[in-house]
Amino acid sequence: MNRILVSPSPHIHAKTSTSVLMRDVVIALLPSVIVSILYYGAAAIGLLAASVVSCILVEYLITRFMFKAPSTIGDWSSSVTGVLLFLNLPPSCPWWVAVIGAIFAIGVIKMTFGGLGQNLFNPAIAARVFLLVSFPTFMTNWAAPKGFLGVDAVSGATPLGIVKEGLAQGLTLPEIYAQHDFSYLQTLFINIGGSVGEISAIAILAGFVYLLARKVIRPYITLSILATVFVFSGIFWLVNPDQYTDPLFNLLTGGVLLGAVFMATDYVTSPMSDKGGVIFGVGIGLLTILIRYFGSYPEGMSFAILIMNSVVPLINKFCKQKKYGR
Amino acid sequence: MKTFSIGGVHPDDKKISAGSKIEVLPVPKTVYISMAQHLGGPAKAIVAPGDRVKTGQVIGEPTGFISAYVHSSVTGTVKSVGLRKDLAGIQVIHVEIETEPDEWAEGIDTSDTLVTEIPQDRQFIIDRIKNNGVVGLGGATFPTHVKLCPPPDKKAECLILNGAECEPYLTSDYRIMLEKTRQIVVGAALMKKVLGVSKAVIGIEENKPEAIKAMSAAVAELQKVSQDYSGIEVQTLKKKYPQGGEKQLIDAVMHRQVKSMGLPIDVGAVVQNVATSLAVYDAVQKNMPLISNTLTVTGDCLPADRQKNYLFRIGYPLSYIAGYNGGVPAEAVKIISGGPMMGKAVSNLDAATLKGSSSILYMTQEQTARKPESNCIRCGKCAEACPMGLEPFLLNKLARNGMMEDLEANAVQDCIECGCCLYSCPANIPLLDVIRVAKGEVIRAMRARTAPKK
Amino acid sequence: MTTTIIWTIAIITLLGVVLAVVLYLVAKKFKVEEDPRIDEVEKVMPGANCGGCGFAGCRAFAQSCVEAMNLDSNFCPVGGNDVMKKVAAVLGLEVKEKAPMVAVVRCNGTCANRPKTSEYDGYQSCKVKAALYSGDTGCFYGCLGCGDCVAACQFGAISMDPETGLPVVDEEKCTACGACVKACPKRIIELRNKGPKNRRVFVSCVNMEKGAVARKSCKAACIGCGKCEKACPFGAIKVEHNVAYIDFEKCRLCRKCVVECPTGAIHDVNFPTPAVKPAPKPAAPAQVATPAAPAPKPAETAAPAAEKPVAPVKGTEKEVEPEKKSEE
Repeated sequence: MNRILVSPSPHIHAKTSTSVLMRDVVIALLPSVIVSILYYGAAAIGLLAASVVSCILVEYLITRFMFKAPSTIGDWSSSVTGVLLFLNLPPSCPWWVAVIGAIFAIGVIKMTFGGLGQNLFNPAIAARVFLLVSFPTFMTNWAAPKGFLGVDAVSGATPLGIVKEGLAQGLTLPEIYAQHDFSYLQTLFINIGGSVGEISAIAILAGFVYLLARKVIRPYITLSILATVFVFSGIFWLVNPDQYTDPLFNLLTGGVLLGAVFMATDYVTSPMSDKGGVIFGVGIGLLTILIRYFGSYPEGMSFAILIMNSVVPLINKFCKQKKYGR
Repeated sequence: MKTFSIGGVHPDDKKISAGSKIEVLPVPKTVYISMAQHLGGPAKAIVAPGDRVKTGQVIGEPTGFISAYVHSSVTGTVKSVGLRKDLAGIQVIHVEIETEPDEWAEGIDTSDTLVTEIPQDRQFIIDRIKNNGVVGLGGATFPTHVKLCPPPDKKAECLILNGAECEPYLTSDYRIMLEKTRQIVVGAALMKKVLGVSKAVIGIEENKPEAIKAMSAAVAELQKVSQDYSGIEVQTLKKKYPQGGEKQLIDAVMHRQVKSMGLPIDVGAVVQNVATSLAVYDAVQKNMPLISNTLTVTGDCLPADRQKNYLFRIGYPLSYIAGYNGGVPAEAVKIISGGPMMGKAVSNLDAATLKGSSSILYMTQEQTARKPESNCIRCGKCAEACPMGLEPFLLNKLARNGMMEDLEANAVQDCIECGCCLYSCPANIPLLDVIRVAKGEVIRAMRARTAPKK
Repeated sequence: MTTTIIWTIAIITLLGVVLAVVLYLVAKKFKVEEDPRIDEVEKVMPGANCGGCGFAGCRAFAQSCVEAMNLDSNFCPVGGNDVMKKVAAVLGLEVKEKAPMVAVVRCNGTCANRPKTSEYDGYQSCKVKAALYSGDTGCFYGCLGCGDCVAACQFGAISMDPETGLPVVDEEKCTACGACVKACPKRIIELRNKGPKNRRVFVSCVNMEKGAVARKSCKAACIGCGKCEKACPFGAIKVEHNVAYIDFEKCRLCRKCVVECPTGAIHDVNFPTPAVKPAPKPAAPAQVATPAAPAPKPAETAAPAAEKPVAPVKGTEKEVEPEKKSEE
């Protein structure tokens, strides 16, 4: 016996680690990534590479040369941000916009607060909003490049954008739908216009199931967002189906699924407790629908998540889990 | 199936030594009997070098209300009484005895016959338990007679026998439940009598079906013998760590929760380990002092034929037991006395076994070495795992910044040090290391505050 | 268009005025009456809020000084006599001067002297380590080396020496606030008299075990042999619980003990030359006769032995030059 190791208990550790959790998130994102590459082709690959590589690079440079600390890219969190950023961009977006988004996400939103675990806002969502405000032309031009499937890409606005515009012109919803030929089946498998990641609801749900199975996330935040969006928009829709879009349409468009599964459930920027998670989710759902129906932006999900991110510390303070014997 | 309501984790079971029968260890040449084998004041040695002692003779007397007798586990000559290092390297008074063949002290029944008749005199049972130095063998080694005599204003309603053995690797409780089944049930009946309760529940986790079967059969058999055994039942519990924690077990069995800083008796519960029950049986029915206990020698790096459960007597050096077992395996870097979740790492293998020793567990570098700490990712896994419903991530931050008032407000004093938080943290933050020390400081501050009022 | 601008300006100006009035009234109504001298005392304080005085911060200290109206029990270790004089001047009080102090690490357990017996693998904190076990060496009393004192020091005066594994106090930066003394779970660090020309003699060990045991765990441990106690002409040394302690109030820095100590547990710092055994016997009583200038004596006797390797005492080089001149 040459060594005696001594440490306080416990002496064993669950086989989890930050990098394993983050890698699981990347794996859960793969179905959406694959579908988008198939559909959008080489352009999507370039965009993916640009955002992931620049996210990792920015994190590496900042940790090594500004923090003068060992690099933290091994924890996979910058890769998660990179993939999420890619999924939040329109397919026709130029690669350098993705690079700017990555610099903003990692450099400004994540690292200025001290790196992983310290940031107040979800880096990918914040970057998306930053790009949306800074480069509206690139960020709302949904002209899709041709992919490997050979399907003719549809160019034009997102379904929500079309609806918003149509309503502004004084049309009723059935008239708009008739003009543009929407179908739910389409949104389930291959979406019409929108961010790269909105392409397929099924792919996102596959990722959700994987995350739940691996116990990476708990379902409360996602489910409360989806339920709130459904119920809240359903009330409006029942009151006036001509003016307000129906609940299913609201669930399947505008990044609600992508946001509810991958963005709102980000550990760092969501509440700790399940009760807090439900409040957080309901808040996101309500804000999304309010922005969609009454705001000037057609989709609203990213703004809703950002706003709710900012109240997370407050939620954490007031929503504590029940303590034993108290 | 019952279990506790908040938190918990599911570490790998690893009951490798479950199949090996209890073997009796031969007496070594020299034993070192510690005077601090229990919670509370250490015993005062009443022997001097040169004295001849018999097996089972009192060599240490209790000091104060919460303390216990210590008996010689061997026959022989006292060589010295003085400081010796315990397993953590702390100096404790030990009595060193050079051994000779056993010669038992007067009045001890060393036969194997099962005595099922329960004495009706409550005080007689308590005196026997006290005089034979019985302490809780579930980990805390709290003197049993104190626990069995609740203050008069509090009424016990239910005796809970802890056979959960929720720590991975440990199998000593499992083995005694299989091999000393009836004795344990008699012990339960004795404690039931002392407490004057009508109900006793033996809680066993589902991963020990044979123990559940054996214990149920023994209970049924003894219930036919005497009225004294009525009200004892075996309760199967779901496998979840820390099921065997006192507060968790009460929650699981009685669906009651002990208030913060309160005692189990506040909700009418008294919890005793099955090994304690066996010791109570020996003490009362056989007048046998607590000088031996069962200990598991195990670990993944130990060959299958060396996975053992031994009956040891107190005072055997750990190194002697390890040597008898074939020595410390080369891959082992850490030796743990107790389970991997709450056991103590041994820094001094020459330390002597105590009444409460339950295992020698070998761990390899890969299994046990801590990984470097990284940033908290606020995943909340520690809070999810905490069986007390605390927020370890928050307590960790408060403790590192020395915020004592906030620590108290966030109930750091309720921590049971089960290790679930550190076990489940993906960022390898040493949560419990920090919280444990902060808890001690907060409790000291709370005591200091209430002390002058008395 | 112009009307909008005018209205905007008017409304904002009005709002500003109204709020200013409200603020003024609130401030007036909720004004806390405080002794103005507290502010004055606080101004002359160092403002580090280190808590070395035993109060929560400089303001709490100032408040206590004003309330007590005497400075007997209050002393700012950071500011020292200068600050206390100023405080006394503000309050019109008398202050007793205190000799400057410095934190001293009393452990010889370098990696070379004290072999490791186990590896500590938990949270790197002395407090946590001390609560767990006796430490990763054979010595229960020695430095645990996790640097709680380094973290506690607000003035950056303590650092860990990677070679010895022991903390090193920078006496220039040390303000003797005592934070490290409180942080050390083994009570190794002590505040001692800084001494004339920063020269000090102290026992660098707190091991209370019997000689043989102490020696076994650490080559340079104090074994409580008592030689120093006998050698000390001033009765400054006491051996209790197997460990010697030098009372710095009584010590005259003759360094006889340093020479006597068989394990080298007694350290002398900032002396220009290493201590050597005074060769002629009568030197000792002569020293007792002239206690006024005890320090130069050993230095003189040491002069012939200057060829000897210089003792590894840090910071001696600078002191050497002025020292020669001062030996009048």
